[in-house]
Amino acid sequence: MTTTYEMVIGLEVHAQLKTKTKLFCGCSTHFGDAVNTHVCPVCLGMPGSLPVLNKRAVEMAVIAGKALNCDIQETSVFARKNYFYPDLPKGYQISQFELPLCLGGHLDIVVDDQIKRIGITRIHMEEDAGKLLHQGSGAIAGSTHSLVDLNRACTPLIEIVSEPDIRSAAEARAYVESLRIILRTIGVNDGNLEEGSMRVDVNLSLRPSGTSKFGTRTEVKNVNSFRSIERAIASEFARQKEILDAGGVVIQQTRNYHDDTQTTTALRDKEEAHDYRYFPDPDLLPLVLSKLQLQDILANFPELPEQIRHRYLGLVLTDSDVVVLLEDMTMRAYFEACLKVSGVVPAKEICKWVVGDLNAFLKDRPEGFASTMATPEKFVGLLALLVAGTISGKMMKDLLQKMIETGQNADVLLTQSGGAQVSDASELIPVIEKVLAANPDVVEKIKSGKSQSAEFLMGQVMKETRGKAKPDLVRQIIAEVISKY
Amino acid sequence: MGRGRVYGAEDFGGLTMSIFKSAVELHGLLQSRSLTCVDLLDAVYAQVDAQDSQVKAYISLLRETAYERARSLDLRFDAGEELPVLAGIPIAIKDNICLKGSRTTCSSKMLENFVSPYDATVINRLNAQGMIPVGKTNLDEFAMGSSTENSAFFTTANPWDLDRVPGGSSGGSAAAVAAGEAIVALGSDTGGSIRQPAAFCGLVGMKPSYGRVSRYGLVAFASSLDQIGPFARTVEDVAYLLNALCGFDPLESTSSRQAVPDFTKSLSRDVKGLKIGIPKEMMGEFVHSDIREATMKALDLLKTQGAEWEEISFDMFDYAVSTYYILAPAEASANLSRFDGVRYTHRCADSHSLKEMYTRSRGEGFGPEVQRRIILGTYVLSSGYYDAYYLKAQKVRTLIKNGFEKLFQTYDVIVTPTTPTTAFKPGEHSENPLAMYLADIATIPANMGGLPAMSIPVGFSNGMPIGLQIMGKAFDEETVLRVGHAYQQLTDFHRQVPGGMQ
Ligand SMILES: [Zn+2]
Repeated sequence: MTTTYEMVIGLEVHAQLKTKTKLFCGCSTHFGDAVNTHVCPVCLGMPGSLPVLNKRAVEMAVIAGKALNCDIQETSVFARKNYFYPDLPKGYQISQFELPLCLGGHLDIVVDDQIKRIGITRIHMEEDAGKLLHQGSGAIAGSTHSLVDLNRACTPLIEIVSEPDIRSAAEARAYVESLRIILRTIGVNDGNLEEGSMRVDVNLSLRPSGTSKFGTRTEVKNVNSFRSIERAIASEFARQKEILDAGGVVIQQTRNYHDDTQTTTALRDKEEAHDYRYFPDPDLLPLVLSKLQLQDILANFPELPEQIRHRYLGLVLTDSDVVVLLEDMTMRAYFEACLKVSGVVPAKEICKWVVGDLNAFLKDRPEGFASTMATPEKFVGLLALLVAGTISGKMMKDLLQKMIETGQNADVLLTQSGGAQVSDASELIPVIEKVLAANPDVVEKIKSGKSQSAEFLMGQVMKETRGKAKPDLVRQIIAEVISKY
Repeated sequence: MGRGRVYGAEDFGGLTMSIFKSAVELHGLLQSRSLTCVDLLDAVYAQVDAQDSQVKAYISLLRETAYERARSLDLRFDAGEELPVLAGIPIAIKDNICLKGSRTTCSSKMLENFVSPYDATVINRLNAQGMIPVGKTNLDEFAMGSSTENSAFFTTANPWDLDRVPGGSSGGSAAAVAAGEAIVALGSDTGGSIRQPAAFCGLVGMKPSYGRVSRYGLVAFASSLDQIGPFARTVEDVAYLLNALCGFDPLESTSSRQAVPDFTKSLSRDVKGLKIGIPKEMMGEFVHSDIREATMKALDLLKTQGAEWEEISFDMFDYAVSTYYILAPAEASANLSRFDGVRYTHRCADSHSLKEMYTRSRGEGFGPEVQRRIILGTYVLSSGYYDAYYLKAQKVRTLIKNGFEKLFQTYDVIVTPTTPTTAFKPGEHSENPLAMYLADIATIPANMGGLPAMSIPVGFSNGMPIGLQIMGKAFDEETVLRVGHAYQQLTDFHRQVPGGMQ
């Protein structure tokens, strides 16, 4: 008889806080610039330099903690985590150890339509390390030499440690997805796993189904996409199962995941684990947040994704549009700005155009939603013409494109295009009669019941009116005129 | 009396004599244009040229920038501008304080070629006063030691007797001022590194309260104990230097926002009714009898001015030393991790792996005392030992602080001999590091408590200066200065100059 196993997973997620400057100095956190351009004596670990805590980073960490239902600690302490590596300029990382900023939170995830609550043990703040650029090989082994880029050194991170409450790869993925949307929505992290602004370590152990004692766990690192979270878990589950099935024991160790082969390899055993020799950093005072300071920070607490979803569904947006909006922060900001000036234009109509055509038009333009010349005010102005029936859907598209290119407002564009759509029957009837007269065979078809042929006539009318005829009215008049034939 | 000679007002004519004057005296001459900044600098560098091959106070000199500044200050003095008291005063800088564009070696092979890309906050503050840094002075490697014998480059000599050490770790700064190779100096004090060399060299040396002076740009030894402070001949000069140095620094998280008084104001007050405690533990047999005698004489002199003193008991001295030798190495072991061979430090030749580069670079770059303390510090922070050593030491430190707080409810200042002996000879303690450690027994407690403490010259023993330590409560530098100044109004020990240096 073969044993079935249950997997027990806890996740450690490192999320980079979206501050403008680093955690302990004034250098920019901007990603992707020339190497070693965002550095100063502090983040280079120059002799005599000292850290000063970034207030904004603390605020963001507090907001993240609150969003994940944690208790924000009145006193937390920065400690030195000692180890040597060339990407770590001071030879220690400033982190929080015994007294972290946040304790005891939770995050609800949905898997197979079931809500499950995953506990969060703690969230602490720490600084990131720099980046090694190995020359002549992808890894330090086999390289001729390595270069160090310290632009990333000292950027602020929060490490979010979950309870071992996760039981499947799907749950793990749902947890990280949900975490990512929350951190993005509250504006503390940009949620980019590939660029490393979110990094996931997986702690995984197996136990026979139905038992309660935890097995020996391994920590899997280098998991940097949603797909690889699932694959790494599957691979490590299979590896541990094979060992246990063969009567062996799992060794507590840190393992590296390789996405190309979908396997993990041992990085170091427990015996080789670093003794980090944590102790409180004497260069930094304990971080003390009074009730008043906490109140201040939380005064403008952002809306959480769940609350936004509720509000949007109340505005009768579709589920799929809500997902798109929650995913794209700048699009959503644009949409929210439109809502503020929406007037008579329904939210649903705004959403349809923002997510649809406007999004498509802006996709390849460098300015994007953030700085398009079709500002929310101008865009809503144009939509108001559509809603009022002044312009057709087709005109809306044309004028919207022109608005994006020129930044002209709706009235000007309308005038330039030769005016509003023709919705006066007395103007349309002569045109329609002329078209019908020119196409007697089509008229016959329609009369014999092939009503779809009317579309051809529609097209001819539109052509004659250069697209300005009001479609509903044209359709109605055609029907009326043919019935008189 | 010592081998020196009393140097009085009648000698003021000679230019070379200006190098033994106080900053305040020199300011009068500079402002009245009896002396130019360039003349003064010439005199100082002439003394360096004449004496430093023997004294060996300096690791590097800053002639070019010094003369540049002196010339521009002279233009301003000539124009009749009223400049700060410290403007144009040549100052020596301990070589663990970063000065932009200059080598900052910490007397270590590790940083032999390190040129600081930035100025320490204290350097900015001295610059704001128009002071003139003349050079960087020798120290025990990374400030670990009490004699400068742990310098990777050379041992500085005591100007009072070239066969003796100047004390340490700020021995170069103390020797420079004592020899007239600078008018005043900056040092750093982690367990006595300003006060002990001040005592050995017959100077005033002060460690301000922890947090008073920004540590930004001071290469860290033990961050929770380190404090920058001045050397000078007079308490009055020290007060002016404190005015310049003290104050909150947004670049330094542990620097204090406590208001900074005008320290020179406290100098005019007398000591009537002041209560002085003298711990009997620091007056035991292990203290040289001449030093005990000088201490009692100093107390009696203060008594004639209306101060009261009484013997007290403070049993924390022994604990302070043991605690110090756990906490300071623990912090140092992490502080010195950045010297790893990767960036600006010494790097060993031909390493074949990362680990080899680390171990050999650090093995070659650090001297034995630094290595000893890194090993000690690493040990006390290791898992399994942390609670028994580091954590316990922190608790004892709290007890020491509390003990001081209690004492200061009754006494305004606590006075001890600064050192149990006068300056010793090189090698005297080298085979027994523990004996050297115990030499700091009187000075370490002030660092543990974060208290202001100052050593002033109070006599001589066999021609070598004796220092008296005055400790005050945290952020009460004023009372400490008041006692020292009152004493100097009645004595001329501070006016003596080493015979060989004239
Ligand atoms: Zn920086």
